[in-house]
Amino acid sequence: MKRLAKWRLFSLFAMMALVLSACTGEPYLSTLKPAGEVAQTQFDLMVLSTAIMVGVIAVVVVIFFIVVFKFRRKDDRIPKQVEGSHKLEIIWTVIPILLLLILAVPTVSATFKLADVSEMEKKNEEGKTDALVVNVRANLYWWEFEYPNQEIITGQELVVPTDEKVYFNLIASDVKHSFWIPAVGGKLDTNTDNVNKFWLKFDGEKAAEADNYFYGKCAELCGPSHALMDFKVNAVPRDQFDQWVTAMQDVKEPQQAETDLAQAGQEVFNNSCIGCHAVTPANTAPEAARLAPNLTNFGDRDRIAGILDHTEEDLKNWLRDPETYKPGNKMTGTYGELTEEQLDALSEYLMGLKVLE
Amino acid sequence: MSTLAQKKGFGAVLWDYLTTVDHKKIAILYLIAGGFFFLLGGLEAMFIRIQLAVPNNDFVSAGLYNEILTMHGTTMIFLAAMPLIFAFMNAVMPLQIGARDVAFPFLNSLGFWLFFFGGVFLNLSWFLGGAPDAGWTSYASLSLASEGHGIDFYALGLQISGAGTLIGGINFLVTIINMRAPGMTYMRMPMFTWATFVTSALILFAFPALTVGLFLLVFDRMFGSNFFDASMGGNTIIWEHFFWIFGHPEVYILVLPAFGIFSEIFSIFSRKRLFGYSSMVFATVLIGFLGFMVWAHHMFTTGMGPIANAIFAVATMAIAVPTGIKIFNWLFTMWGGSITFTTPMLWAVAFIPSFVAGGVTGVMLASAAQDYQYHDSYFVVAHFHYVIVGGVVFALFAGAHLYWPKMFGTMLNELLGKITFVLFFIGFHLTFFIQHFLGLWGMPRRIFTFLPGQGLETANMVSTVGAFFMAAAVIIMLINIVITSVKNEKVGNDPWGDGRTLEWAIPSPPPFYNFKQLPLVRGLDAYWLEKMEGKKGMSPAEPLGDIHMPNNSFIPFVISFGLFVAAFGAMYRADHSWGIPVLIVGLLITLGSMFIRSVKDDHGFHIHKEDLEDNNDKGVKA
Amino acid sequence: MAAEQKMTYETWPASPEKQTLEAKNKFLGFWFFLGGETVLFASLFATYLALKDKVPNSDMALAKDLFEIPLAFIMTMLLLTSSLTSVYAMYQMKNFNFKKMQLWLGITVLLGLGFLGLEIYEFNHYVHEFHHSFTSSAFGSAFYTLVGFHGAHVAFGLLWITTLMIRNSKRGLSLYNAPKFYVASLYWHFIDVVWVFIFTVVYLMGMVG
Repeated sequence: MKRLAKWRLFSLFAMMALVLSACTGEPYLSTLKPAGEVAQTQFDLMVLSTAIMVGVIAVVVVIFFIVVFKFRRKDDRIPKQVEGSHKLEIIWTVIPILLLLILAVPTVSATFKLADVSEMEKKNEEGKTDALVVNVRANLYWWEFEYPNQEIITGQELVVPTDEKVYFNLIASDVKHSFWIPAVGGKLDTNTDNVNKFWLKFDGEKAAEADNYFYGKCAELCGPSHALMDFKVNAVPRDQFDQWVTAMQDVKEPQQAETDLAQAGQEVFNNSCIGCHAVTPANTAPEAARLAPNLTNFGDRDRIAGILDHTEEDLKNWLRDPETYKPGNKMTGTYGELTEEQLDALSEYLMGLKVLE
Repeated sequence: MSTLAQKKGFGAVLWDYLTTVDHKKIAILYLIAGGFFFLLGGLEAMFIRIQLAVPNNDFVSAGLYNEILTMHGTTMIFLAAMPLIFAFMNAVMPLQIGARDVAFPFLNSLGFWLFFFGGVFLNLSWFLGGAPDAGWTSYASLSLASEGHGIDFYALGLQISGAGTLIGGINFLVTIINMRAPGMTYMRMPMFTWATFVTSALILFAFPALTVGLFLLVFDRMFGSNFFDASMGGNTIIWEHFFWIFGHPEVYILVLPAFGIFSEIFSIFSRKRLFGYSSMVFATVLIGFLGFMVWAHHMFTTGMGPIANAIFAVATMAIAVPTGIKIFNWLFTMWGGSITFTTPMLWAVAFIPSFVAGGVTGVMLASAAQDYQYHDSYFVVAHFHYVIVGGVVFALFAGAHLYWPKMFGTMLNELLGKITFVLFFIGFHLTFFIQHFLGLWGMPRRIFTFLPGQGLETANMVSTVGAFFMAAAVIIMLINIVITSVKNEKVGNDPWGDGRTLEWAIPSPPPFYNFKQLPLVRGLDAYWLEKMEGKKGMSPAEPLGDIHMPNNSFIPFVISFGLFVAAFGAMYRADHSWGIPVLIVGLLITLGSMFIRSVKDDHGFHIHKEDLEDNNDKGVKA
Repeated sequence: MAAEQKMTYETWPASPEKQTLEAKNKFLGFWFFLGGETVLFASLFATYLALKDKVPNSDMALAKDLFEIPLAFIMTMLLLTSSLTSVYAMYQMKNFNFKKMQLWLGITVLLGLGFLGLEIYEFNHYVHEFHHSFTSSAFGSAFYTLVGFHGAHVAFGLLWITTLMIRNSKRGLSLYNAPKFYVASLYWHFIDVVWVFIFTVVYLMGMVG
């Protein structure tokens, strides 16, 4: 028994040491590689609370092992029946209270700090905010990002400037989802009933380490493809962001395809897809009519449907049978069977939808 | 009057159990039904871990996975953990307070059958078009959008079994207040009885919130109301509040009895009275009270605003204090004791570090600002499995080994018991420890698969391997039960030798009237006190006399069955013309049998003094 | 004291509802049950307050358009009076006056029926005059659920008391059935208290706006 207990302790520590030293996760995904003020605040709290808790565990473990080894039954004697000890009981009531206070103060202050969205209320003469605001609308397995000040809409891939606060309005159009970019900051739910607001800050250096792409996740069970409701965050310096905005705004009419193949693809698109997918970024249609991701800059994106590699082959696979890749999605069965020629043309067209050179 | 101990045919035994109002037999029913659902929930857990062993796995499909994860959670909480706890409460608590039965034997039976039919109804969904798939929390927008009848099975099944639980709670409360033996003051009650008492109070005040929530859900899904439909003025957040106003106390409903079982074990196998008994009682009551003040910490990311989040964060942290008091009291119960490592004690000892680990992550989760990162990630999955498995399931294993001789008159094999423990302990930490990190690395909970290249592969594989250890442990436990039952070596009153409370002063299993004469309780650990004075048993508090016992009844079964039928009618009302008639027939069965119960006098029966004198064992004729 | 024993005015104890262990258990258990019921109604009140006047479009009736004092007041008086008559019934029970107890219980049931009748009229009125129904809006769902749950409790209470009256009509009072009457009257008081809250929260506060 003794050996077993020792072994247990040893293996536990060995595992902890291994895990702690080797892995803090991927820079584009892990909360342990904070890439922004919000995640940093939360990470600092994690470190503080972990330190306190490891202290508590250490005390418990020490007493635990003394007890387990020292007081094993050796003879048939009846030990003294102790009622209790007021002194000890006061100690282990007061010390935890103090420890909790040490944690409670920064917790409360951080909670208020992370919820401060007063900048969103300050409107300038044009009725717009000076701060960058993004309206996030979560839908069954895809995300819409609307920039109300810039009057552009995109989907699946959020583009943000680094090193400044970005404010978010969050809502869901069908069932509840939750908006989470682990490396950049904690999540906030997208409810069906009301708009939730918060802010995030994307750190420029950390973004560079992550190749300017962070992973975003849906964190609230929303149906079969909840696991696949990923999005990407393209965090770029401010000037690059401004270029992107201008390029998007310049798309007033659907871009005309250039090659013959792409033109054929555009025809297919106009027949089968345009009912749900817009290819202009202006937000003229009402929300309820925006049934699928905006594809204006589809060619620039990093992933197809948030999960597949950005290649023509994957795009064709997706178009052939979206159900295989995202079970329960709303696209399956809405556009009929496409022939291989149509698929070639369509993917050529879609891949050409770029706003950046 | 069928409680005769002579050999009976299978039919007679079955009929006896269908109609029994004896708390010890109802305990066995709870143990069997709860054990069955525990295996079912465990199987579902294995499917979950197999699916998540490797990225992009297709062991189960996305939709089926959601059904499995929903049923795993729902089954484990409502149909496994709670009934198994009820099994021990029923088996032990009346004995601990020196009572001949519970306050309402009839309602005790009704509570069991309601739970049983509710659980069967819920699980029939697998064969009737698909199980519920919106998670055990069944958040309103998703549960309204869910197609088919899965969610209807969930709502109606839980409604029926929840009613049973509520009845059980009231029954235990009244039993403890009114039925204690002479001298058994509140501050002499064993810790497990105290835990039962506080738990029952929690059930009484928490379950009605779930009842209302489920009613609203049923109305919205089946009868066209608009509680949760935002476009009609409804609000889905109402569901979240009701669910957690119930759901958080539910955590304590599960874990307080676990604390109670461990308190008994530490004391018995250290040969020492519980250290700081009165502060333990105080901590239990305080946990129960605070348990109602903190529900919204499950909703920090719902968008309640910083004020509500901060208040609930601090309130939640406060619960750590009484829980810490308990941990230290247990440690100091062992301190200076004479500890023997039997199987129950191994579970109890292992519980301390496991539960402390779950407790400290609980404090981290309580801290609202950091919870935004943990919420709905695998960190939370790890946390609540540390608390529920490391706390509740450990206690159920420990309790099973501890009370098996009292319930069945024979001991489980100690060697196999220890093997079960070692395998389960390793498997448990292997499975769940790494999940903290999965969450921190960015893995959301309730995902049916994960994509390669996100750094999640190894850890998920480790977690799956751990699950197989736990499965192996459970299988060995089952083998142990079979071997033990076949051997059936009878044991005496106090098989562990160090029993302290009243249940160890009477035969194993006790006669159906428990105590021939009610015992006189002279202090905490009543039986231990007598033993220390060199006495063999308790001194009686009354002269030998007639004992009044309740009659068996088939009516609880019929009442519950009626609701089971009615639930089908309500559910298929919109699809089939037979829905309404079936609904009405079901309700008529229920109301009719309630009517019969209320107009038919039932005075019970008496065991006569002479019969008690003639027979010194349980073969007393009624 | 055995429950089945035949009693006379002289042997009838002061608290006949609490003489046997079964009766004490029933008494205490029922109080706990009412505690649970309180949480149930509190939840329904919370739902109602959260969804009050939440309607999908602005031309639908709100609380201030629907409720009228006279009707709600009459209903309140009926139920309050019925609570009083059930107190008289219990008074007679304690005095071992079975016939008078039955009489007062009968009056209680009639008043309860009157209340229920008015409630049905009221619901019907809202549905037909205002198109305010269970399915028309979240407000409607919450209103009918709260008030309807109370109404269902009233109906169940009426069935219960009537059953007790008929079952025991020929055999008079005993220590076995006294707690049954007593508990039924407790239930009836509880229903009355809930209605006082409904009258305040739904009707009075509804008319204020």
